[in-house]
Amino acid sequence: MTDSIVTMTHIIVAARGVEKSFGAVKALRGVDLTLREGERLGIIGPNGSGKTTLIDCIAGVLGPDRGEIRLAGRDVTRLPPHRRARLGLARTFQIPQPFKGMTVLENLLVPLDYSGGPDRLGQALAVLRSVGLDRRRDDPAEALSQLELRKLELARALAGSPRVLIADEAMAGLSEAEIDEVLKILFRLNESGIAIIMIEHIMHAVMRFSERIQCLETGRVIAEGTPAAVAADPVVQRVYFGEQARR
Amino acid sequence: MRPAAAFGIAALVVAAGLLAPKLPVNTYYFYAGYVVLQFVAVATAWNVLGGYGGYINFGAAAFFGAGAYAAAGLFKAFGLPLPLQIMAAAGVGVALGAAMGYLTLRVQGVYFAIATLSLVVVLETLVHNVEYLGGARGLAILAPPAPAWFGGRTQFAFFVMLAVAAASVLAAWLIENSWIGRGLRAIRASESAAECAGVPTLKLKILACAVSGGLLAAAGAPYPYYASYIEPGTAFSLTVGLNAIAMPLIGGTRSWAGPVMGAVLLGTLQQVATVTISSELNVLLVGLALIAFVAAAPNGLLSLPRRPRSKDAIRHD
Repeated sequence: MTDSIVTMTHIIVAARGVEKSFGAVKALRGVDLTLREGERLGIIGPNGSGKTTLIDCIAGVLGPDRGEIRLAGRDVTRLPPHRRARLGLARTFQIPQPFKGMTVLENLLVPLDYSGGPDRLGQALAVLRSVGLDRRRDDPAEALSQLELRKLELARALAGSPRVLIADEAMAGLSEAEIDEVLKILFRLNESGIAIIMIEHIMHAVMRFSERIQCLETGRVIAEGTPAAVAADPVVQRVYFGEQARR
Repeated sequence: MRPAAAFGIAALVVAAGLLAPKLPVNTYYFYAGYVVLQFVAVATAWNVLGGYGGYINFGAAAFFGAGAYAAAGLFKAFGLPLPLQIMAAAGVGVALGAAMGYLTLRVQGVYFAIATLSLVVVLETLVHNVEYLGGARGLAILAPPAPAWFGGRTQFAFFVMLAVAAASVLAAWLIENSWIGRGLRAIRASESAAECAGVPTLKLKILACAVSGGLLAAAGAPYPYYASYIEPGTAFSLTVGLNAIAMPLIGGTRSWAGPVMGAVLLGTLQQVATVTISSELNVLLVGLALIAFVAAAPNGLLSLPRRPRSKDAIRHD
């Protein structure tokens, strides 16, 4: 078996040459992304750099104009989001989107209706326990605090037993202690074998969490590597801090 | 409640309806009761897509009218008995709902609402131009007499509509308490989050549209028998479309009980107003009731017990 075949079998998400425009605005200009099984990948970039557009394309919420997206070796470029979810791709949203009008438990039963085994209730309760929401199981989703809403988003994503989790700004608006709590959950999920893509503006969190970081700017990948290497990259510093940062 | 219990309650309601004709009351109560039950069925049917799924269908009258004309046409052509007319009309409603859903449910919000509204105009214009169905003049129905047990056609029509309403409410209950209902409520809350959670949103919406259409058509099917006459203006009436939306909104859209409560309340009020004041007052009553409920109970009657106490009430504790 050649090295390239060995590498291919370990890639769980592969995006190649993804382009997406909204009218005259080119949000993505040929972006490549690779995520290996069990890897923690951070995606950073200033507002408007194309981070959310990229993960919307990977999750299937948006269809790319050009390029290809593969999930576990299968071309999913034209598959709708629910088919990708069943193939093991889960995501959370930048602004939490709980299923209002439903209890916390019912929120988890929704994905389990399609991917759960015979004991869906047991599965849902186990996931709620893993994120510390089991005591809130019968409360309406709209009664949760910001931290609990973030946990609910994670729990709902996990209920589908994903192989890949995309966490889109899962720590936005949280206090330092709450960020630590969410990070612990994400580390634990990763240890259980779930590969995670983290899109985040909270730099210390994404630097601490990620094994590898990709930096986007105006729809292009401008840097990629270990957190330390990307943080030290002069191009990244210029994007974040302006021209003076290089002097 | 288990499904078997729900089936049992529905069967009991229908069984009680069998005894209703033996009550020593004026036939008019059956005549008015039919209309109230018809709106229970209509409101419940509308709520399957509009309430659970959050897709506002302004075209309830199109399905209702299609059901009524399908029944009338089948009776004229083959002399089908009423139960078969209702089943066939429901089939027409399911097909119409699935077709409309397939064509329009890819778009969200106001575009879907406009598409449903246009369906009423399309079908009404179509019927206007079909001579076999009486065209603009309408069609008189010389239906056979009712079974002897019921004592008259009005009582029989009342019983049939009670059975249709009970079947509609049972279907809504089954949907509400299943993966279909959960998926629809997820769609209502956030369609993109539902889709990313694995819910096949388009398929579920088409299914809900087909079921809703079938139940609406079933609610319209007994109308030609009940009224002995059908014409496009009544079958595709604004009153049906308006009540189909207003009644669930007044009662509450999140549960099967909401449309039932809204229909009984508003339907009864309309019947009383028709007798005591004027039938023209009906639409005004719907409008006034909607304004009152939007102000006092925007989530419907069902939400009232759960509303938080006012600041005054807390202060006086």
